[in-house]
Amino acid sequence: MEHRLELKNISKSFGEVQSLKNINFHLGRNEVVGLLGDNGAGKSTLIKVITGYHQASEGEIFFGGQLATDLTVAKARKLGVETVYQERALAELQTLWRNIFLGREISNRFGFLDVNKMKEETNRLMLESMGFTSMAVNPDSAIQTFSGGEKQGVAIVRALYFDAEIIILDEPTMGLSLKETRKLLNFVREIKAAGKSAVFIDHNIFHVYSVADRVVVLDRGQVAGEFRTEDITLDDLMDKMYQIAETGSFT
Amino acid sequence: MDIEKVKPEAEAAAADSMKIRITRRLRANATQVGIIAVFLLVWLFFIVAAPDTFLKPQIYNAFMSTIPFFAIMALPLTMAVIAGEMDLSFTSIMALGMVAFIKVFEATNSVGLAFLSSLLTGTLAGLLNGAIVVWIGIPSLVATIGTQFFWRGAVLVILNGKGGTLVPIKETLLRKIMVGQVAEYLPSQMLWLIAIAIGTWILLNRHKFGAHIYLIGDNENSARLMGINAKRTRILVFALVGLASAFAGMMSSMQVSYFWPSLGEGYLLRTLASVFLGGTSVFGGVGTILGTFLGSFIIGAIEAGIVAIGLTGFYTQLIYGFIIIVSVSMHAVMRKRMH
Repeated sequence: MEHRLELKNISKSFGEVQSLKNINFHLGRNEVVGLLGDNGAGKSTLIKVITGYHQASEGEIFFGGQLATDLTVAKARKLGVETVYQERALAELQTLWRNIFLGREISNRFGFLDVNKMKEETNRLMLESMGFTSMAVNPDSAIQTFSGGEKQGVAIVRALYFDAEIIILDEPTMGLSLKETRKLLNFVREIKAAGKSAVFIDHNIFHVYSVADRVVVLDRGQVAGEFRTEDITLDDLMDKMYQIAETGSFT
Repeated sequence: MDIEKVKPEAEAAAADSMKIRITRRLRANATQVGIIAVFLLVWLFFIVAAPDTFLKPQIYNAFMSTIPFFAIMALPLTMAVIAGEMDLSFTSIMALGMVAFIKVFEATNSVGLAFLSSLLTGTLAGLLNGAIVVWIGIPSLVATIGTQFFWRGAVLVILNGKGGTLVPIKETLLRKIMVGQVAEYLPSQMLWLIAIAIGTWILLNRHKFGAHIYLIGDNENSARLMGINAKRTRILVFALVGLASAFAGMMSSMQVSYFWPSLGEGYLLRTLASVFLGGTSVFGGVGTILGTFLGSFIIGAIEAGIVAIGLTGFYTQLIYGFIIIVSVSMHAVMRKRMH
């Protein structure tokens, strides 16, 4: 069966700086892959190539076996990639419903919005998925009043709403409380249970190990190692990570 | 818990939710409620201070014939400011559009062609502003100061500093549609203003384009991460300001049947003041069409009102400047309190 997502020999340079070198990466159907690596290893650049925000300098990207050319964010979202970004990608002065439908507004073919539909859907999502029951919050609330965890909830619910096949989570636990973090990890397990695929990026190796089927380690823009979590203990994985940080490879 | 206890609690909760709903509505539309209040207060003040002027219909006819000239530009300018941009070149684009009008009319003797070429010229000048800002990456405040001088200079060079009469088109249908009187007392330009206000409201509130304007002005990085084409949206906003400027330029020239090469120079301050008084944030992401619409009438009324209550016209600029500073500062203060 074709992989859900496959990158072949992806390189990305910003001027003189080469951030990614010949990356080969794949994400299977109904698989959660953890992406690990030190700061500057290229994790964020890699996912921004997948989401269409950056265009690869070289290499090819396949979605379900189909080559994607001239990938943009809008195109990637149509192909079923939704992302929870590290920076959350919210517009804080705007209302909840505008944030849920940010960049994918419900509209007719002339671009006119169906505002009522978007508010109704937001209301439904609030009650069913976000767990907002307080009267103070409604689809017309500006999200600058929300807590960090609530904002993250908005970003996650948004990623789920569009029925994405691939969900990318870029450092989603950053700034979350312990309780919120546990909720988030459960949420990643739910993605798996729902038959979808995810790429999970986190600094915290414990978080990644506990939810990923497979871990890919990046170092200085290259894939330094790859392990199935069922084949390796957490201690061994940590040893390998140190080895990679020191030597650039794990062999 | 027994039922007797729950019931009054439920009723209290329902009353609370009603109260919350009303305060929420008010809070969500705070700036609009504020501008309506300011509008009514200023009006009341002038009626009390100068009843001879403000209780007669003539003054309102005068407002409806002069305010639309700058209000029509303030509406798309509101969109530009919401998108986090600024345009100071619209005053010169008014004149540039009229140069196209006069030259094409001289060459073809067709008011229709002259009209269209003026609109096209304004749109292209706006697109150029957008291109300089978006592709070259110059802050719009600086870029449009540059194009303001450039286009004013172009107007003076092309026409050798001279104006031009529009008397030959005085009896044309176009002039009647643009600045005629409907049923003797309603100036056409007021109807144009209302139509353009409705059009820009729909564009801003019921179209993807407007939704993206708010999002870009609020947080451009988020907008781009989620797949919004920020560059295209910003360029189009500048084009709209240019289009409206050419339209307003034709209108105000047709009103006096003469084209002055200095056309537009008096409009900079009052157009900007209308936008900021209307509650649009200079930081982007916030602003309404209703606010700018009412703001332009307050600004227009102030000029007449100052003279009517017996002050000299010198106070006008002082008050416009004051209004801009206060309304812009209000957003800065509110932002600080939020963070």
